[in-house]
Amino acid sequence: MHLTREEEALLSGAEGRAAQKSMQILVALGEIYGAKRLVRVTSVQVSGVSYKNLGDAGVEFLNELAKDGRARVKTTMNPAGMSLTDWKSQGIGSAFAKKQLEVIDAYRRLGLEVTCTCTPYLAGNEPRFGDHIAWGESSAVVYANSVLGARTNREGGPSALAASLTGLTPLYGLHLDESRRPTLRVDIEAPLESPEDFSAMGYFVGKEVKDGIPFFTRVRSAGLEELKTLSAALASSGGVAMFHMEGVTPEAGAGAGETEAIRFTSRDLSETEAKLNDEGSPDFVSVGCPHCSLAEVKTIAELLKGKKVTKEFWVCCSREVKRLSDEAGYSRQVERSGAKFATDTCMVVAPIEELGYGIVATNSAKACHYLRNGGAKVRFMSLEDCVMEATGRN
Amino acid sequence: MRLGGRVIFNGKGEGIALVSSNPMSFYGGVDPDTGRVIERGHELRGESVKGRVLVFPNGKGSTVGSYVLYRLKRNGAAPSAVINSKCETIVAVGVIISEIPCVDMIDITKIATGASVRVDGASVSF
Repeated sequence: MHLTREEEALLSGAEGRAAQKSMQILVALGEIYGAKRLVRVTSVQVSGVSYKNLGDAGVEFLNELAKDGRARVKTTMNPAGMSLTDWKSQGIGSAFAKKQLEVIDAYRRLGLEVTCTCTPYLAGNEPRFGDHIAWGESSAVVYANSVLGARTNREGGPSALAASLTGLTPLYGLHLDESRRPTLRVDIEAPLESPEDFSAMGYFVGKEVKDGIPFFTRVRSAGLEELKTLSAALASSGGVAMFHMEGVTPEAGAGAGETEAIRFTSRDLSETEAKLNDEGSPDFVSVGCPHCSLAEVKTIAELLKGKKVTKEFWVCCSREVKRLSDEAGYSRQVERSGAKFATDTCMVVAPIEELGYGIVATNSAKACHYLRNGGAKVRFMSLEDCVMEATGRN
Repeated sequence: MRLGGRVIFNGKGEGIALVSSNPMSFYGGVDPDTGRVIERGHELRGESVKGRVLVFPNGKGSTVGSYVLYRLKRNGAAPSAVINSKCETIVAVGVIISEIPCVDMIDITKIATGASVRVDGASVSF
């Protein structure tokens, strides 16, 4: 791989150990994946923020980097394992909280913005069409490539951080036109009427396409909420990093050629939804995977009007969306019902098994997937039904 | 025998080979405190990677696996070197942050568990 003189200097340690370690990571990945050179990035989203996933070794690694490492481009971060301010009312123990705050402190010293959201594009990190970026958080990767038209591979925590501390990423994979072509056409025959339908559809297609690029045709309409939950589902059942959709993806259909085609029927939809349901009555209800948009919080506030929750109910969103909800008066309506905002975190990265919950109702196929991996049982339902589940249908 | 590969993390390491013909997952697959392989159904289940030259085709599973390699190193339970057929992101990032010598592009079918193996940069001898 070709390195410029400045890049060689970073690799030799001339600008500190964190930058050197970062360059070692980027150069090794570049060599492995056949990159000819590095490319400048305009934006980074770092995954690996929850202490539940990092463990003590992760904390040590971040503290080591924070000794002389500094972000060189706009860098936001994934959700943490708890709300950074209201962790006590979430039932989080102080030992976990102490470690989690240590992680956040290390990232802060590294110059990251403490956004703690999986929807950086709703929190001011909005790369433009054609920008090279390095994002972790698989759902945001899909959204960035497919909806914004920016270019990123599926980064892990350390490789995204390495990009932040150098402003560089190896030029391979989805940074190149030839790797962004669709590999499977998916004709949507089922009527997709809600974000939950898009979530289930993404879960089905992710399994079919694995790490390929699906090209969706005949989708009637898809807004922000549909696209973000579709992105999340595709990346959880499969290794998807990008899709094409007519009328949505700036490069829709580019380089499509003759690809294999499958259909997504009403039957596929109902079968997928059925498979995302375990036996039992939920003891915990959570929405906001990916984090709720302002419009979703508004809907939840309206649905909760005049009701009281009878089960623990979390509305997961970024602090940015929470602040806007406060101003719009939605937060008060939500909290008056007894529901809780889970800002900075979500049901997937918080230690919910330690909080004693066993069966989770949610409107996200991605959440179902990871909660099941973590040993919980799940019920997949619409946002409206989630609210009804939490309020005991009163 | 001497084989030449590609350096992923430069260094010298030697030990008794522990060979898997299947990919390895570190997150949930290897106990970060002891180095014992705990993945259900894995051919190396019950073996310890500690101090061994660990030979396997490639990594798999969660990217958090990189941090497990780091944790193994900190706990003195890391392999002395890693040899892959084709290294990927999880293992590459893991060996670099943990500073475990690693080489790939090696025909791993030539190496048998129990052999005394030495890794030096891009070279593997046994």
